[in-house]
Amino acid sequence: MSSETKKILTTDGIPLEVSLKKAERRNKIKAFLLVAPLLLFLIITYVFPIGDMLMRSVDDKMVTEMLPKTFKAMEKWDGKELPEEEVFEAFYLDFRKLVDEKREGKLSTQLNYTKNGFKSIIKKLRRKSKSFEEGNYKEQIMSVHKRWANVEYWKAIKRRAPAFTSQKYLKGMDMYKNENGEIVSVEEDRRIHRILWLRTLEIAFFVTLFCFLMAYPIAHLLATLPMKYSNLLMICVLLPFWTSLLVRTASWMILLQQQGVVNDFFVGIGLVADDARPEMMYNKTGTYVAMTQILLPFMVLPLYSVMKTISPSLMRAGKSLGGTPIVAFWKVYFPLTIPGIGAGCLLCFILAIGYYITPALVGGASGTLISNQIAFHMKSTLDWSFASAMGLMLLAGVLAIYWVYNKLVGIDNIKLG
Amino acid sequence: MALPKHTELHYRIWHYFYLFICGSVFFFLIAPLFVIFPLSFNAEEFLSFSDGMKSLDPDAFSLRWYKDMVYGTKNPWGLAAKNSFIIAIFATIGSVLLGTVAALGLSSRHMPYKGIIMAVLISPMIVPLIISGVAIFFFMAKAGLAATHTGIVLAHIILGTPFVVITVTATLSGFDHSVTRAAASLGSNPVNTFMKITLPLILPGVISGGLFAFVTSFDEVVVVLFLAGLENTTIPIQMWTGLREQLSPTILAVATCLIILSTLILVTAELLRRRSERLRGINR
Repeated sequence: MSSETKKILTTDGIPLEVSLKKAERRNKIKAFLLVAPLLLFLIITYVFPIGDMLMRSVDDKMVTEMLPKTFKAMEKWDGKELPEEEVFEAFYLDFRKLVDEKREGKLSTQLNYTKNGFKSIIKKLRRKSKSFEEGNYKEQIMSVHKRWANVEYWKAIKRRAPAFTSQKYLKGMDMYKNENGEIVSVEEDRRIHRILWLRTLEIAFFVTLFCFLMAYPIAHLLATLPMKYSNLLMICVLLPFWTSLLVRTASWMILLQQQGVVNDFFVGIGLVADDARPEMMYNKTGTYVAMTQILLPFMVLPLYSVMKTISPSLMRAGKSLGGTPIVAFWKVYFPLTIPGIGAGCLLCFILAIGYYITPALVGGASGTLISNQIAFHMKSTLDWSFASAMGLMLLAGVLAIYWVYNKLVGIDNIKLG
Repeated sequence: MALPKHTELHYRIWHYFYLFICGSVFFFLIAPLFVIFPLSFNAEEFLSFSDGMKSLDPDAFSLRWYKDMVYGTKNPWGLAAKNSFIIAIFATIGSVLLGTVAALGLSSRHMPYKGIIMAVLISPMIVPLIISGVAIFFFMAKAGLAATHTGIVLAHIILGTPFVVITVTATLSGFDHSVTRAAASLGSNPVNTFMKITLPLILPGVISGGLFAFVTSFDEVVVVLFLAGLENTTIPIQMWTGLREQLSPTILAVATCLIILSTLILVTAELLRRRSERLRGINR
């Protein structure tokens, strides 16, 4: 750049370059200020609370705060032999404080999670500790119950020292940390969560597959029919799409129940005997049928919007060049619809994997998904930290799917109707 | 879709098979909704077609369950409907205001960090509802807004804004920015330009985003299940409870009303979409 062009000035005597940069910055700030209210609102009410879930899911401060002196004294303990008097004294002081505040019950519940057998010996310690004399707490505590003289129980207490834990995540995968700190699986007959994860994946996969198989032909028909017919048929897709989820689930409950319309029909045409009506609800079948119908529009709409842009002359060209209709379809038409397939499958799969209402109503015991388990822990057992951990595991799964999809197809290729 | 005369037999068979498949799928999609209509007029307490209904005996039909819906003693539907409408209207207003303004900023080519900000703004639509429900519940519980209308409205604004952001951004993508510059050069201030030039042009997008937000709020049950107390019961909550406990035909009467409502919304949304496409010069 020559020195003359650098010196171009605006009317108020500021170099043009500076003035432009200033204007650019002002525009940037203006645009950002427009977005700021919503961004701020979402960060406070949505993004932070998800962070809060993370904190809750790893939080284990309860015991840490109940036994502060003990854990301080335990820092020097190597954790092999029984700890020194110092630790016992600290534990006694912490414990007395808890008893005064009537919180020793909570401690016993918490420690019992870590190792069975704490409940009774803490109750016994509370009674005996009232008559403890000053000094030599080690002897006095150990004489309360023989388990207090067992190093395993002291090790168990020490394991609760950290303020954070991965226990809830391990529990979500049916695993736990054993006494030696190794991660092991629970017994085979108690692995309920793994079954749920696998079932969630299985149902989401098959629902997506069924949706794809059903949506592809009708999206093709909608895209190739003349406008006046296709608009009419489009209502069949859009009306369910705009109808309340609960209304659609209710209609499936009416259809699928044992005295329901579908069963009546089967009996009517003599397919099944009146006294042998099959169970089509409160099991996996119900979940599959209802979820497929409910998610079908989410597959049809992206497929339709992509197919709409494919010129019919391409297929004619394929055929005129000697391809059979099948070859022309497979080599020309199908590859062009892949962005629509990707978007539809992604939408369906992600919606299905987090589905809650429909499985809860028509799924029974064998058709419920991981979401139902999360809701169960939120509302019934009130184990919110466990619900948070499972929720975040599910979220991680969903984000991973998006990431893979973005790598394979590109997120920008998604079209929504 | 008439076939040319010279079509070979196996293509003909294939073609009718294809139409048959399509017909079955359309039937699968739409038929469940139409089962509800006749059953909601059932004179009896059963949820299947009685013999009288099959033979079209007029005595087998009645408005009994509609009367029960409106006048029934200790019937929760009145309160639920009132709450649902109040919550949905305020949630829609909130979503439309926040979402439209944000979309205006996002469509500016000067917007910094566009990708990441867009990801945050539409995240409530992507994250499974159950997770949003847990997170929003934690926030509302801390803020003391659990079991209040305010809390539910805020929650629905969170869930509704992504739709407004997406529809308005899409409308703005075909927007000719020279018209706003023309207005500015003629001496109009930015607010005036927005009200007189931009808003009328993007209005179809704003309204259809608003419709999405309204339906989202009106139909939302997962988050409300965590948040609502007895006073804040909504139509979806009431349906959820009804479906879990006992399937009474009153629910079918309510469902019929909801289907009529969604038909109205569908028609409005379709008309708006076409108008918007015409305005933006697409589809010509």
